[in-house]
Amino acid sequence: MPEIRVTPLGAGQDVGRSCILVSIAGKNVMLDCGMHMGFNDDRRFPDFSYITQNGRLTDFLDCVIISHFHLDHCGALPYFSEMVGYDGPIYMTHPTQAICPILLEDYRKIAVDKKGEANFFTSQMIKDCMKKVVAVHLHQTVQVDDELEIKAYYAGHVLGAAMFQIKVGSESVVYTGDYNMTPDRHLGAAWIDKCRPNLLITESTYATTIRDSKRCRERDFLKKVHETVERGGKVLIPVFALGRAQELCILLETFWERMNLKVPIYFSTGLTEKANHYYKLFITWTNQKIRKTFVQRNMFEFKHIKAFDRAFADNPGPMVVFATPGMLHAGQSLQIFRKWAGNEKNMVIMPGYCVQGTVGHKILSGQRKLEMEGRQVLEVKMQVEYMSFSAHADAKGIMQLVGQAEPERVLLVHGEAKKMEFLRQKIEQEFRVSCYMPANGETVTLPTSPSIPVGISLGLLKREMAQGLLPEAKKPRLLHGTLVMKDSSFRLVSSEQALKELGLAEHQLRFTCRVHLQDTRKEQETALRVYSHLKSTLKDHCVQHLPDGSVTVESILIQAAAHSEDPGTKVLLVSWTYQDEELGSFLTALLKKGLPQAPS
Amino acid sequence: MLDCGLDMTSTLNFLPLPLVQSPRLSNLPGWSLKDGNAFLDKELKECSGHVFVDSVPEFCLPETELIDLSTVDVILISNYHCMMALPYITEHTGFTGTVYATEPTVQIGRLLMEELVNFIERVPKAQSASLWKNKDIQRLLPSPLKDAVEVSTWRRCYTMQEVNSALSKIQLVGYSQKIELFGAVQVTPLSSGYALGSSNWIIQSHYEKVSYVSGSSLLTTHPQPMDQASLKNSDVLVLTGLTQIPTANPDGMVGEFCSNLALTVRNGGNVLVPCYPSGVIYDLLECLYQYIDSAGLSNIPFYFISPVANSSLEFSQIFAEWLCHNKQSKVYLPEPPFPHAELIQTNKLKHYPSIHGDFSNDFRQPCVVFTGHPSLRFGDVVHFMELWGKSSLNTVIFTEPDFSYLEALAPYQPLAMKCIYCPIDTRLNFIQVSKLLKEVQPLHVVCPEQYTQPPPAQSHRMDLMIDCQPPAMSYRRADVLALPFKRRYEKIEIMPELADSLVPMEIKPGISLATVSAVLHTKDNKHVLQPPPRPAQPTSGKKRKQRVSEDVPDCQVLKPLLSGSIPVEQFVQTLEKHGFSDIKVEDTAKGHIVLLQEAETLIQIEEDSTHIICDNDEMLRVRLRDLVLKFLQKF
Repeated sequence: MPEIRVTPLGAGQDVGRSCILVSIAGKNVMLDCGMHMGFNDDRRFPDFSYITQNGRLTDFLDCVIISHFHLDHCGALPYFSEMVGYDGPIYMTHPTQAICPILLEDYRKIAVDKKGEANFFTSQMIKDCMKKVVAVHLHQTVQVDDELEIKAYYAGHVLGAAMFQIKVGSESVVYTGDYNMTPDRHLGAAWIDKCRPNLLITESTYATTIRDSKRCRERDFLKKVHETVERGGKVLIPVFALGRAQELCILLETFWERMNLKVPIYFSTGLTEKANHYYKLFITWTNQKIRKTFVQRNMFEFKHIKAFDRAFADNPGPMVVFATPGMLHAGQSLQIFRKWAGNEKNMVIMPGYCVQGTVGHKILSGQRKLEMEGRQVLEVKMQVEYMSFSAHADAKGIMQLVGQAEPERVLLVHGEAKKMEFLRQKIEQEFRVSCYMPANGETVTLPTSPSIPVGISLGLLKREMAQGLLPEAKKPRLLHGTLVMKDSSFRLVSSEQALKELGLAEHQLRFTCRVHLQDTRKEQETALRVYSHLKSTLKDHCVQHLPDGSVTVESILIQAAAHSEDPGTKVLLVSWTYQDEELGSFLTALLKKGLPQAPS
Repeated sequence: MLDCGLDMTSTLNFLPLPLVQSPRLSNLPGWSLKDGNAFLDKELKECSGHVFVDSVPEFCLPETELIDLSTVDVILISNYHCMMALPYITEHTGFTGTVYATEPTVQIGRLLMEELVNFIERVPKAQSASLWKNKDIQRLLPSPLKDAVEVSTWRRCYTMQEVNSALSKIQLVGYSQKIELFGAVQVTPLSSGYALGSSNWIIQSHYEKVSYVSGSSLLTTHPQPMDQASLKNSDVLVLTGLTQIPTANPDGMVGEFCSNLALTVRNGGNVLVPCYPSGVIYDLLECLYQYIDSAGLSNIPFYFISPVANSSLEFSQIFAEWLCHNKQSKVYLPEPPFPHAELIQTNKLKHYPSIHGDFSNDFRQPCVVFTGHPSLRFGDVVHFMELWGKSSLNTVIFTEPDFSYLEALAPYQPLAMKCIYCPIDTRLNFIQVSKLLKEVQPLHVVCPEQYTQPPPAQSHRMDLMIDCQPPAMSYRRADVLALPFKRRYEKIEIMPELADSLVPMEIKPGISLATVSAVLHTKDNKHVLQPPPRPAQPTSGKKRKQRVSEDVPDCQVLKPLLSGSIPVEQFVQTLEKHGFSDIKVEDTAKGHIVLLQEAETLIQIEEDSTHIICDNDEMLRVRLRDLVLKFLQKF
């Protein structure tokens, strides 16, 4: 029995460390290869030993697909390919391929240089890993091998984010990665056609949330920032260098311009300018409005937003600072946070999801006394605000995508178990499809029943279709043919053609039955009586009286002859082939009952 | 419909449209017939022995009379030069289908159209000549006007509104994207290596494959290299858009271009390069970028004048995914893929929408000007021809191969400025074609007639034609060509439940057969075979009196065909085993007759047929039938 098997190595009932194994029609594909922001030990990477105990990963996996450049989707890639060892193809979109190595290098620097971790992947490993990457275009069908093909769809989560369809023959799986169903200030909305996959693997970060309109959130955000700087406070917005940062920059930039504000806005990290440059060069991946106007005004050239210098953090007076990383778990954002946390005039706005274990998660869950390294305790007096700007689909969006793709089954990943459970029930109720939510290391096995493609001879098909078009064909018609299986080619041809191809002659089996009738009239008249009787009885059949005196019903031939001995008896010879047996034997039985009395 | 190009060589018959009043052009003498009849002198003007139509230039459209364009479902565009007639087709012919093209093709195609409309509309011309088009009058005109084809169908330029409406009918596609058309065929664009977003198209069903190769290049310039591998296994390969200048080597031409440019500028002259706003100009700018400093041209201003100059330069930088590998990797750094960004930054290259406005303030000579249109009939280039034509210090360098440079120059004669012809056409030449055909091995090649014989001017050059086996099938304008393949099979899907019920039987080693009786479902040209419905259970309970006609057997239950032959002796033995006695066998010419005397039944057995003749005894007939069937195979 063919089946699809799915095993999350990460992101099973969890957010972070996305890594999902899919086996479909004998092909093994690994979806994403992320790290977990909440852990610093072995648990930060997926357990690749699960894939194969003693074989090489390259022999087992047909390909690896990376959905977008966020580290929880690609952070383990150099470790996986260079340290564990994988030499097969890794597919991702062009923007992902461009940005991914930069974020990996950033991540490596923090881990090795700042935290002093040993046995971490090196810069060279990142480079070697990226050499195995094959870039894909949106909607391009990439033939991984003769049977396995993949296709990317726009996901709208970050620049270059894609959903992937994995297809072997008529079986297919769609993996959404992270996606967003509502266009924002810089990206468009995710889109997929009605591709009816056997299985849709979707993220479910906001499984239970239905967000209010984007406009309201934006207004709220601007109001909070504005109020804080008006009263002389400092605003810290922890972000990842690419993605939300650009959206919020565009938002603040236009607001500052409109309100003619002079308070400085800074963007930390040297990545900024570079990041904006990527957006400029990959502008075809942004939303329609930006693409249309980019010649006149490139939205990613900011006038009000300047590069941040570490020393600025101690400057007096209000300011707005975007700093990385987004979950306050390390780096510059954490440094600034420590400096500003003690002043209640200041504000930190968390614009996205924070993984458990991070400082971001702690302050969002209300913790106001944080234990820092060296047993130091940091008291948080600044205002803490959470604004959902992460570009994930909310419950409505997820349902919308399921409706668009029309999958046979749904599998949830990248979410919290409790929320998933709620969404799972909702999907099962609304779409009447099974929905699964395996934990990490748990395998879901789904039997599939792929139909078998064969070639049908055009002659046979046209003959059948022509008959199928007849208006009275209310009942489904039966097509009759012969399936010729030679080597691996399957062809459905008419039986006549099958015989001919095999060099066999048809053997005709014919029956002729004699039916005796009491009738003194001449043979011709008997035949005519038979004709009118059958004509009136068999309304749905083609009954004909031929010039030579014989009668046909479809292809059954009836002839009347005189009895050699008895002139008062006529012999009806009913003749038919094996193929018309039912009708032939029915007719003989019918005629045996005799003819109705002829009207005199 | 494959491509939708516009023949712009028709404009060469018209007088140039000057941006500023040109006394020379407006004072050209009217043309009169040999007998002195001057009734055409308002429409036709003479310049240095050539006659030109003094009117808004007109274009020669694709053939629209031969077919009903409302029956065209799909138009596939191969590159931005091949879509210039789109507004004529999509707006005024009843066409309601979809146009498919890549994103760069559409964006740059829009720029080309915008430029064209702008060139024509900004110099409104009151006069519109039509008298000369009269067939009887056209006969009397001198060549080439006399020989111009289909002049009655020539049309003026479309409007921007029509352009926008036409472009809104385009569906964007990416390379290697499989697009299903009505479930019947699949079309796929492939990189053709000629221009940004340029494509060849595969049109295929499950059993047939046609490749449309149009405007392809194997040279490494800025676009993504040509995808040759995907063209393999074609039944038919339609080949068009080869180089117009098969004898010129593009690399050599670029070298000549640079050295002529440098020479002129060093002598204090200006260089005029008539060009399209996108395409080869990117490569020329890149060459100059490398060449400027070494040639000591750092202080010479380069001007790019076109209503779409800025857009073209900006757009070129954002199509990284459509560029060759080298340029792609620059974007990963991230740096702009084309070095003209740096030329602009350092003020070496300046671009203007037209000669009016800022340009007149910044204009310094000597300089190099890139501007359109390459036909020299409209656009800012007309102004520079008038301005610089009288001095032999200046040079005009022709790089675009679409127009004969001598014809383009005709209305400017006599001319003192130097003219250099460096056509740069990167499309396939005949050597590359034969290499390509050897590589992809199509069963049949179809191409325009011109490619099957040497060019008329070089009739001895047998190497300047397509040479392949079997010989290419050629076509001419308005020819109807039947492609040499017969469709025999189509794909059908057998539902798994049905597949499970099939019983294959090995007939010959390696060949198995299974008879299939199934219900055919066809939707959107997709065929599916489902298991036949279970016979309806007879309604239990009440005995209903049934009409005879309801008892009539359903002739939809088809019986298989039979094959094989019946060995008489064994057959008789079998009969005996089943209790028949008194069996007599007679030999006939073709076989045997088996007589069952007791039952008054006779069975004729021949090689390929058996005939059972009996009285109306259904039990007997069925018994005999089953015995016969034991010896036969069913299909």
